[in-house]
This record gives sequence, structure tokens and C-alpha cells, in this order.
Amino acid sequence: MGNKLTTSEIVAAGLARRRRKETTFRLLGILATAVGVLFLGVFFATLIAKGASAFKQTFVQLEITLDAEVIAPGGEIDLEYADFDGLVRTALRSRFPDAKSRADRRELYRLISVGAGYQLRDLVASNPDLIGAKQSLWVPASSDVDMLLKGNIDASVEEALRTMSDKQIAWVESLENSGEIRSEFNDALFGNGDSRDPELAGIKGAVMGSFYMLLVTIALSFPIGVAAAIYLEEFAPKNRWSDLIEVNINNLAAVPSIVFGLLGLAVFINWMSLPRSAPVVGGLVLTLLTLPVIIIASRASIQAVPPSIREAALGLGASSTQVVFHHVLPLAMPGMLTGAIIGMSRALGESAPLLMIGMVAFIVDVPGGFTDPATALPVQIYLWADSPERAFAERTSAAIIVLLGFLLLMNLAAVIIRKRMERKW
Amino acid sequence: MTMPVMTETIPDNSTAPEAPAPKADNPDSAGRMGLDEFLEQATDLTDETVGTVTCDHPFMVADDVNVYYGDNHAIKHVSLEIGKKEVIALIGPSGCGKSTFLRCLNRMNDTIETARVTGTITLDGKDIYRKEQDPVALRARVGMVFQKPNPFPKSIYDNVAYGPRIHGIAADRAELDEIVHTSLERAGLLKEVKDRMDEPGTSLSGGQQQRLCIARTIAVNPEVILMDEPCSALDPIATARIEDLMDELCEDYAIVIVTHSMQQAARVSKRVAYFHLGLLVEVDSTDRIFTNPQHKLTEDYITGRIG
Amino acid sequence: MQSTTLILLLTFMAVAAFYFGRRRSLATVGGPGHRMDLHSLPGYYGYYVAIWCALPALLLLSAWLFMEPRLVVALVVQGLPESYASLASGELDLLVNNIQNLASGDVVSIEVDPELQAAAAMFNDYIGKSRQMLAGLALGVAVLGGALAWRRIQPDLRARNRVEKVIRLLLIAASSIAIFTTIGIVLSVLFEAILFFRKVPVSEFLFGLTWSPQTAIRADQVGSSGSFGAVPLFTGTLLITAIAMFVAVPVGLMTAIYLAEYSSSRVRGIAKPLLEVLAGIPTVVYGFFAALTVAPWIRQFGESVGLAVASESALAAGVVMGIMIIPLVSSLSDDAINAVPAAMRDGALGLGSTRSETMKKVILPAALPGIVGGILLAVSRAIGETMIVVMAAGLSANLTANPFEAVTTVTVQIVTLLVGDQEFDSAKTLAAFALGLMLFVVTLCLNVIGLSVVRKYREQYE
Repeated sequence: MGNKLTTSEIVAAGLARRRRKETTFRLLGILATAVGVLFLGVFFATLIAKGASAFKQTFVQLEITLDAEVIAPGGEIDLEYADFDGLVRTALRSRFPDAKSRADRRELYRLISVGAGYQLRDLVASNPDLIGAKQSLWVPASSDVDMLLKGNIDASVEEALRTMSDKQIAWVESLENSGEIRSEFNDALFGNGDSRDPELAGIKGAVMGSFYMLLVTIALSFPIGVAAAIYLEEFAPKNRWSDLIEVNINNLAAVPSIVFGLLGLAVFINWMSLPRSAPVVGGLVLTLLTLPVIIIASRASIQAVPPSIREAALGLGASSTQVVFHHVLPLAMPGMLTGAIIGMSRALGESAPLLMIGMVAFIVDVPGGFTDPATALPVQIYLWADSPERAFAERTSAAIIVLLGFLLLMNLAAVIIRKRMERKW
Repeated sequence: MTMPVMTETIPDNSTAPEAPAPKADNPDSAGRMGLDEFLEQATDLTDETVGTVTCDHPFMVADDVNVYYGDNHAIKHVSLEIGKKEVIALIGPSGCGKSTFLRCLNRMNDTIETARVTGTITLDGKDIYRKEQDPVALRARVGMVFQKPNPFPKSIYDNVAYGPRIHGIAADRAELDEIVHTSLERAGLLKEVKDRMDEPGTSLSGGQQQRLCIARTIAVNPEVILMDEPCSALDPIATARIEDLMDELCEDYAIVIVTHSMQQAARVSKRVAYFHLGLLVEVDSTDRIFTNPQHKLTEDYITGRIG
Repeated sequence: MQSTTLILLLTFMAVAAFYFGRRRSLATVGGPGHRMDLHSLPGYYGYYVAIWCALPALLLLSAWLFMEPRLVVALVVQGLPESYASLASGELDLLVNNIQNLASGDVVSIEVDPELQAAAAMFNDYIGKSRQMLAGLALGVAVLGGALAWRRIQPDLRARNRVEKVIRLLLIAASSIAIFTTIGIVLSVLFEAILFFRKVPVSEFLFGLTWSPQTAIRADQVGSSGSFGAVPLFTGTLLITAIAMFVAVPVGLMTAIYLAEYSSSRVRGIAKPLLEVLAGIPTVVYGFFAALTVAPWIRQFGESVGLAVASESALAAGVVMGIMIIPLVSSLSDDAINAVPAAMRDGALGLGSTRSETMKKVILPAALPGIVGGILLAVSRAIGETMIVVMAAGLSANLTANPFEAVTTVTVQIVTLLVGDQEFDSAKTLAAFALGLMLFVVTLCLNVIGLSVVRKYREQYE
């Protein structure tokens, strides 16, 4: 070479610059990885910070007289129309006799949730002997009181700009000082359906809706997915048709989920006239959505079964169907189950297609079957996230925590199945 | 990538550093011993190396080198001198550590997370494992040719120009052209590729690809070239061409070659080192190793009794 | 009879059929001792009879349940008094809807008169009769099919082959569902889209610059003529997708590079599952986070540097969507990088490249097709993503490239147009399907290209 310098001298000269580039590149890599991990950290931190308090709820103790005149006018118990709210109000008035004017009283009544009346009704219904007696009951406070005690209402702000007046705050303080207010585990969150009143709104309806939907989905998509995978892997001739199916399945797995919603709306609701907002329709749409996922996972786990097993069984005179059902299927089952659980966890988190088929309605009743109007847990989150009340933001976070909990459990199950039943060939 | 494999004497290539031992090097298999016997023999092994580990003009010197992969002690107390402009062949049965030792010489073992090297290896009197030594600069001086031809998915020209470019060796385009041409010429490939420099390197045949890799290595103008079974994936004709090439290259470079073929070792090398289970058993001039081996294991191996 | 009871009954009959078939097969050869004289195992004869018992009846059941509502509605409409016969089809649909609701005891939107009451009673009556006929027919078919199959049992009946043939047919049917899903998507979206394009010309939809789908309720209303120029939606979608890619591609790619080339196996063992967690978070949760946490942050930040930031800025939705897509990009890039043979890396390192040079000059160029394919899939995912934009992006169809302003997207508009009451003859509802068609076509193209590039690339190194 014509150069005067030796190779190692040239290399040494450029080394510092190259090392700097190397370090920069490496730092970029660390930074990028940190972005994802950091987001996850921030995300869970804000979620828990916002949602943890929703698992507790504020209750107020009231001395309520179960006045027979009100509950059973004319001797007959009238659960439907009796003024239970009135009993609660009477109790409030006697606790705070200083509230004389109508305006004051109205403010006073707003300390207690409308749920208190329902609680009284249920108490009387289950135990009619209590009528006429004086009861000391813990009834749910209104969401404003709840928010105040959880520190979400700033008393130092100008009175007109906050949801609670000075008087109300004073009453709450008086209750607090005499130990007539306490925070308990929030049963309503898990036991109630949706409600316009944040302190009464719960996720039970949504959870049950999701449950019925997933039941339909798993019952359809697992057998169909496994059957399709078996056909494609074991029986399908390698021709245009099977190529088409193959390309099709891979594409379906990447089609935006909202398009499946359009399909559900046009086919299941408009054409087949299945009921709107019903878990069965949601389940059908989610079946179509998760089918590609399950087929792809099942095919992979069938491919992992070594051909020698098939040859051994065929050599003993088994028919190809027998080979599949006696040998391949049992060996591939763990992988298929894992795939099914992953598919189900995707279905559980899915909400966009459900909006299309009317599962966004405000539904108070907990669904009791596959055709009852229902909503789903992620859709409930979407609905609550849209509500302006401060108390709903807290409940949204709590619902997200519950949803993520379910997803975590499902994925954990998948991991355990994979670990437990994994076979090395 | 497909490689023409013409005879069965060529062992199947694999990506593992150690290819399976050649089975047909010695057609007389009557005296072969089984694996069990072979392992029993291992108890005779000591750290002592027979023969002469030293040479007249030592350029790279390994002193008491040990390599561990996790808990696995892969190389045990190996000391060896490699002379300037000499070809030294490392032979031995599969898994004996010869490739591992080779990869120590340009610190390619650094890329394996669990690998640990102790002892010293010096290049021109300086420890290559010292702290200030940049492995990048070391590898520019100690080039490597791999078992399987591995041209980059770039044009033939870019393959050869890669090294000079990253190290900034060529001042301008004309100089780079010259380096590429000289390197290809020295690798004996220029005539075949001079009209198709823009075609991808992967379009060449297996033997041509390997010569391209050699051209790529010498384009950086290293001082030592390490060859890890460079012919194991090639047919006999391509192998012969590479061996001729080595003869020419040893006028300028020290060459360390790992090989499974004793004929190849006999043809190309001046000295031979026999490895066995991570130990360096015997080192001597090629003539002496093949005519009058000192150690029984060496003798068993070259007569084909261990395989 | 309820259809679920009927299905249960049929199941029970199939089990019984299995038992009888099995017993008869053994009886024809003279007891279990001579079972080798049978062509197939006795169980197969059982399956054979069970299939003939249940399958035709189930097919009948599903066909019946599909046709029933149509027939009954037609009959009820025929039975309506003269005054209703002249109604327009839309009003008639509403009326039928009300009759059905009345019949099932639900809330009805119009005043209930005796005629309607009668129609509802008629509806219930027809349904009841239909169910009785169905139950009778289905059970009859089941008994008949089972009996015929049962009679055909002989030692040389190739029961196994026949059963296996049915199984094979069922497997084929299952694998065809994927095809039917695609056909269903194409047809349902295309059909409604064509109806839409009859009302609104394609050129206006594709090139029009104003989007305000509210149609006039009264003819004299001002400014609500309804205009369906979808360009603002396309640009909005592109803007948010571009922001998302701007976040996801560099971060995802660098993460993949770092984890594949630099990180220790311990760091990899922690970071990879964490990224999978990121990929498993439902999009509605990302949407919540974008709308209630990230958007306020960005607005505060904008205020602090004196920028006007809309509360539903494209930036918030785009950034969060980008973070959602990071795991997809990084796992596809990781696949592509790992598919490059280790020999390439060794070759480059052996020549004295630094790791970053090896990565940038050898491995990434070699992996580029795979990475590009992966990015196409990620773009398709971003375009089709719904919940994040529904919750965090706006509804106003602004034609802008400013990421601090609010924009709307195709998916947001589909949701907005379809949530709530729909009339299938209004341009507003049909527009959603036209948008759906666009969405499907665009993502399909991206997916087909992306998947085939990724597949070709994988085969290249296999």
C-alpha cells in the first residue's frame, strides 16, 4: 500500500471518534428501552394513585326511625312507593336541627346518597319486624362527601367554585368529630350495576356482560379454531385454496377491530335481526376477532409435534383421523390452550367493535343471560371516563385496575400451562 | 446459501465453532477406538505440552491461557508461540478447543457473554487483553476468516471495501478502488469478478465467496490472519485454490488455521499444534508431527485411531 | 319450546343414538366376542348413528331460526289493517319494530292502540306456532335419521370411513369460516357503501374538504345540509399516525437493537416481559391515560411555553398511540434482526467493526426488508386504532397539520356516526360504512404488503 502510515496507526487515529459514536448509539438504545419501561412505571403509578381510593367508600351513621306510618300506611307494607328517602331526611334533620331554611335543608340532604333509601327498603323487605323501631344505620354518603374526605375537594378554594358549601363542610366535620362517619370497603363497586350516581355505580353488570360474552367466544372460537388449524396443518392439500385461507387468516389477524364491529352490525344485527346490546352478539363478533389468533397459535403448536409420532401411529395402521385425534391433538393441546387464553385476554380488552353493536348503552341491571342488554368491562371504562364527575374518574381507574387484574390472571394461567405442560423434543 | 458439496470426504458444515470430526480422513478404520476408550486415554493427559512451543521469530505469544464458558473449562493452560510469516495449523478432534483458542487470538470470545479468559496473549510484545487494548483495533491487526463463507448482503465491491471504510484506511475513492482491486487480486478472485463488482457477494459460488471473505480480510492489511476451518464447507477444487492462496499469503502474513483435515495441515502449514480436550498436547514442525509424533495421543489421532 | 331446550333434547337423543348404534353393531356379529368381524370399532357405528340423528336436525333448526323472523314479520304485516298498508318502508320498519317490542313486553315508542295490540298478539301467536312446528319437525328428523342409520348397520358397513368423512367436512367448514369472515366484511361494508355513494358522489367523498355529517332535521335549518368531504378525516388520521410512528419507530427499533446486541441477558429477561405487558394493556386504558393524564400534561406544557394547545390535541393521542405500538415495532424488528445469520455479525466484528458499526452497516441493511414490513404492519395498526383516538382526539374535522390542534380520524367518525340510533337509509349512517370500506381497503393493502415482505425476508435466510 502506498500509504506511509501502517494500518494500526490509521486505526488508532480514528478510534476515539468511533468509540464516541459507539457510546452514543448504546446510550440511545438504553434511552429507548427506558422510555417503554418508564412509561409503564408512570402509567401504573398514576393508575394506582388515582384508583386505589375507589376501593374505599364513605358511610355516615344515622339514627333512623322506621316509621310505620310512612312504610305501611294503612297496615300494608308498601315497598314500592313508601317514602324511604323521607325517613332518611327526617333522621338528618334531627341530627342537624340548625338547618332551618329550605335552602339549608336541601344542602343537608345532599350529604347522603340516594342509595340510603334503597338500603332502608331492602332492610325492611328482609326484616319487616323492624318497622316502628329506631335503628342506628351506616348509610352511604354522597359522592361529594366521599371526595371531600378523600382530599379531592380543596376547602381553601372560593366557595362558589367548589361542589360543597362551607355549611356542608362544617356538617361533615361535625360528623367526623363525633365518629359518625367512617370509610369502609366499597361493596357497591363490585356488587352494583352502572348508576348515574357515582357512589352507587359498580362494575358488576359490566363484569357479568364480559363474562357472558367470553363464554360465547370461547365456546365457539376454541373448537372452530382448533378444527381449522387441524385441517390446515394435517389434511389440507397444498393448493391455491389452502394458500388463500392461509393469507386470509394472517390478514384477518391484522384487520382493525372496528371493522369487525361494522361486520357485526351489518350481519348479526341488521341482517339476522339478533338483539342489540346482547352479550351473544358481542360474543359472536369477538369470536370472529379472536379466531385468527387461536388458529395461528394452534397451527404453531401442531407444527411443533414431531412427524415421527405421526409416522409411528400410521405405521401401526391408524387412520389419519385417528392419528390426529389420538396423538397430535393431545400433544398440541397445551400450546392451543395457551393460544386460546391469549385470544381471550385480547377479547376481554376489546371495546371498539362492541361500540358498533350497541353495547355502550347505559344499563343499570346486571345481565342474567346471553340475550339481556349488557355492556362490557372495557366499554364501562370508556363510559365512565367520559363522565365529568370527579368521583367517576376514581372509579374508572379502579375499573381499569380490575380489568388489568383479570388480564394478568389470564396471562399468568397461560404462562403456567406453558411451563407445566411444555415438552422438549 | 447453498454450497456445492461434491465428495463425502467433506464434512457437513455447521454454524458451531467445532464441526464434527471428519470420518474418512483415514480409510483404515480397523484400529479406531471408541469414545469410551478415548475418554479413558484422557486420564493420561497432563498440562505439559510435548515438542517445541517456541519458534524463531515469535509474533503472537500465548502464555498459560485458560478459557471458561460459564463453569465449563474449555481451554486449559495453553502456551504457544506463533511466528512472523509462518503458517501454523491447529488440529485435534471435535470439541478439543482449537476454535476456542483461535477466537481468543482476536478476542472474538468477548462477544460471548459467559466467556472468561485468563493468562496472557501478547501481540508484538503487548498484551492484547490489557485494559487499554481496544478489541476493534486488535481485530484490524488480527483478521479472521470463518468456517462458513459469510459475505455481507452487499455488492462484491462493498464487501471488500467494508473494512477500509470503517477504519478510514483509504483517503479517497481512487485509493479505495486500488485497495479493493489489490485485495481481490491477491485473493485470486479479481479475474472472475472484475466485470461484476456491483453484483451481491452472495451471488458467487461457495469457493468464490470464501475467497471474497479472504479478500475482505486482507483489505484491512492485517498482520495475522486466523482461519477457522476455511475449507470445511467447500468442495476439493475450491479447497485446493484456497490452499494455494494460503501459500502465497504466508509471504506477508502470519496465518493460524484450524483444520480437521490432516492432509490440509500437512500441505499448508510449517508447524502443527495438536489439541485434545482443551489441552495443547503437542507442537512441532509439520514434518516431525506427521513422521515422528512424540505423544501417543497425537500418534493415535494422526493415524486415525481417534476420530 | 325454547330452542335451548330443543338443542339439549337433541344432544340427549344423539347420546342415546350412539349407545343403540354401538349395541346393534355388536349384536349383528353375535356379541362382543366377535367384534373382530366388524369392519370398524363398535364405537364408530355409534358415532355413525349419532351423526345421522343430530346433524340433519341441527341444520334444520338453524335454517328455521334464521328464516323465522322474516316469515313471521311478513305474515303479521299482511294481517295489518288497510290503513297501514300504505305506509312508507321506513315507517313500516318502525311499526314492525314496535310490534316486536310490544310482543316481548319492552318499551314502545308510540301510542299503543288496539290494532297494534292485536298485531303483537298475532306476532306472539305466529312465533309460538312456529316453535311448535319446529320442535315437532326437528325431533321427527332426528328420530327418522337415527332410525335409518341404525337399520343400515351391518358388519361390513364402513362406519369409520363415513364418520371420518363427516369429521373432515366439519374441519373444512371450520377453516372456511376465515374466508367467510373476509367475504362478510367485504360484502357488508361494500353494500352499505354503495348505497352511500348513490346519495353522495365518490368524488365528493374522496376529495371534498368539509366534513359535517349532520343532516337537517327540518328542511329550513341553516348550515346543516350535511357535507361528506372526507379529506379532513384522512389528513387527521395521517397526522396522528405520523406522530405515533415518529414515537414508535425510533424507540421500538432502538429498543430491539439494544436488547439484541447490547443488553445482558438479565436486562433482556426483565425488559422483554415488561414490553409484553405494554402490548397487553387494552387500548381503552391507553385512551383513558391519553385523555386524562397525557393531554393535560401537554396542555400545561404548551401554556408554560406560550403555545395554544387544544385540550384534545393530536399530539396527546399520537404520542400515546406511539407508545402502544412500541412493542409491536420492537418485536418485529427483533425478529428481523435475529433472522440475520450470526455469521454476518461475526464477519463484521472479525474485521474490527465496533458493535454499532456492525449494527448500522451490516445487520440493519440486511434486516431492512423485515423491519420495513414490520413498520407497514405498525402503520396499519395505527390507522385502524380506535379507542385511543375516540377518547383523546377530537370530533372537529379540522384540516390542519398542527399537532397541537384537535383533529378527528376515520375511526372516530365511524364510532360517532354509529353510536346511538341508526337509520339504515340516512346518508349519515351509511357514511360510516363508506369510511369503513376505506379503512378496510387501506389496512388490507398495508397488511398484505407488510406480511408478504416479512415472509419473503424470513425465507431468504432460512
